[in-house]
Amino acid sequence: MIELEGLTKRYGEKVAVNNLTFAVRPGIVTGFLGPNGAGKSTTMRMVLGLDHPTAGDVRIDGQHYDHLRDPLTYIGALLDAKAMHGGRSAFHHLLCLAQSNGIPKARVHEVLDTVGLTPVANKKAKGFSLGMGQRLGIAGALLGDPRILMFDEPVNGLDPEGIHWIRNLMKSLAAQGRTVFVSSHLMSEMALTADHLVVIGQGRLLADTSMADFIQQNSRSYVRIRSPQRERLLDVLHGAGITVVETGSGMLEVDGGKPEHIGELAAQHQIVLHELSPQQASLEEAFMQLTAESVEYHAHADTPHTPTPRPAPQWGGDWKRG
Amino acid sequence: MAATQVLKSEWTKIRSVASTVWTLSLAAIVTIALGILISLLSKNEFDNMPVRERLSFDPTFISFAGMTLGQLAMIVFGVLVVGNEYSTGMIRTSLAAVPQRGTFLFSKIAVAAGLALVVGMITSFVAFFLGQAVLGVHKASIGDPGVLRAVIGGGLYMTLIAVFSMGVAAMLRSPMLSLGILMPFFFLISNILGAVSATKKVGRYLPDQAGSKIMRVVTPIGDDTPYGPWGGLVIMVLWVAAALIGGYALLKKRDA
Repeated sequence: MIELEGLTKRYGEKVAVNNLTFAVRPGIVTGFLGPNGAGKSTTMRMVLGLDHPTAGDVRIDGQHYDHLRDPLTYIGALLDAKAMHGGRSAFHHLLCLAQSNGIPKARVHEVLDTVGLTPVANKKAKGFSLGMGQRLGIAGALLGDPRILMFDEPVNGLDPEGIHWIRNLMKSLAAQGRTVFVSSHLMSEMALTADHLVVIGQGRLLADTSMADFIQQNSRSYVRIRSPQRERLLDVLHGAGITVVETGSGMLEVDGGKPEHIGELAAQHQIVLHELSPQQASLEEAFMQLTAESVEYHAHADTPHTPTPRPAPQWGGDWKRG
Repeated sequence: MAATQVLKSEWTKIRSVASTVWTLSLAAIVTIALGILISLLSKNEFDNMPVRERLSFDPTFISFAGMTLGQLAMIVFGVLVVGNEYSTGMIRTSLAAVPQRGTFLFSKIAVAAGLALVVGMITSFVAFFLGQAVLGVHKASIGDPGVLRAVIGGGLYMTLIAVFSMGVAAMLRSPMLSLGILMPFFFLISNILGAVSATKKVGRYLPDQAGSKIMRVVTPIGDDTPYGPWGGLVIMVLWVAAALIGGYALLKKRDA
């Protein structure tokens, strides 16, 4: 169990984490979601006592991190796959961590086996690919057989096989009754792994909800219709008591409508339809809507759409410049 | 958190990176080889020396002449032991494993200082005996008054230089910045300050000049240094303590 209470981190004027209060419970995977720069990593560093909070408190199983005896046996974390000395072998990297927390050497071989790095155990970490570095970081997190695990963007830069492996690992750890807290900036990734969601934006808590509730509340289904006889269709639908939303470019949308019903209505009135399709708003859209106001750096689409016309190439025009 | 666990862990860290081996062996080889070379030159030059220099001829100190260069490798060792935690990002992993920052820093420094002491002592004794062998008729004997103190002092000097560098690296965090300050300071600035008469009185309170006094057996004629060999070492220890306290205070306060 990780408990945050009014956790706040300021860097001068800028508030990176703003009064966060929530708890991460055992037995489930809790997704920690937010756009880049929302304060996820800062929050995780404060959980581990690496960064000092400006205000508020964070406790691991009711204790402050620096009061834990052999902390790796309480909570294992992967913050940054590159947080290791590249000149040290995978085995020695894990061995020094194990010794500092009184963990037997045999456990080092076990976790190397779990993450599949046994064949390269004596190779220097600087030669590792991003995926191997990530696996070594995860081995370090698992080393103390902790009840709580925390991963910061664990699937970043991994190949599909690695992503699949991490998803299953997190699910199985949660199924063993452990607390699993994993951050991501991708809703689609969270939808596949998390049971519970904590969403933050610009350091503030935006949602703390179960995944099922989030999906139910945020996945809008609607029917999209296009017709050359738009006005007649609108009359007919209004007559049947169906609310229609007109969107741009002549499209009509009916929230929660059944395409069968609308199609039959149109047929009865001999209206031609060019499109009648059921649609589902994605969770990604719901997430973007939720965090829209809190995204730090928007990419604006206001650049001119027409590309600057290039002078027509003249045959031989580049001849001298070559 | 048992300190013995952390000491064990830091020992694994220090023995599992290549930089430990090459910096320490470089410190030993350069100090000994250069000491032999300068002892040889001094022996050949002895008859041509002015009387004043012949009277204050210090065979023990001459065999340690290689330390001016060898100490630079000790500085690199000290800087890398601490600074590499920062430059590699390992510091976050280390502090997550050992959140008691004082225990972490001082265990690391204790292990590194212990290793530097062993290497420093071996280097000092080897440099002395080989240097004396080369000096021939002008040699000092380990049983002569003050000589054993000077030879042990040589080992202590090398250790303290390394520990001072560890404290500086803990304050500055970046190995490049630490080396960029320490190397020219000990190789050039300290020597210049000590050579110019206007700054000589200040220069002799710098860590390396005060500390190296312990390696002298014969006091140069006209030397008015207000401290003796052990007094000089105490001044150096004070510098080292200040660097360590500064490093610890910043590590304690800062976000990792």
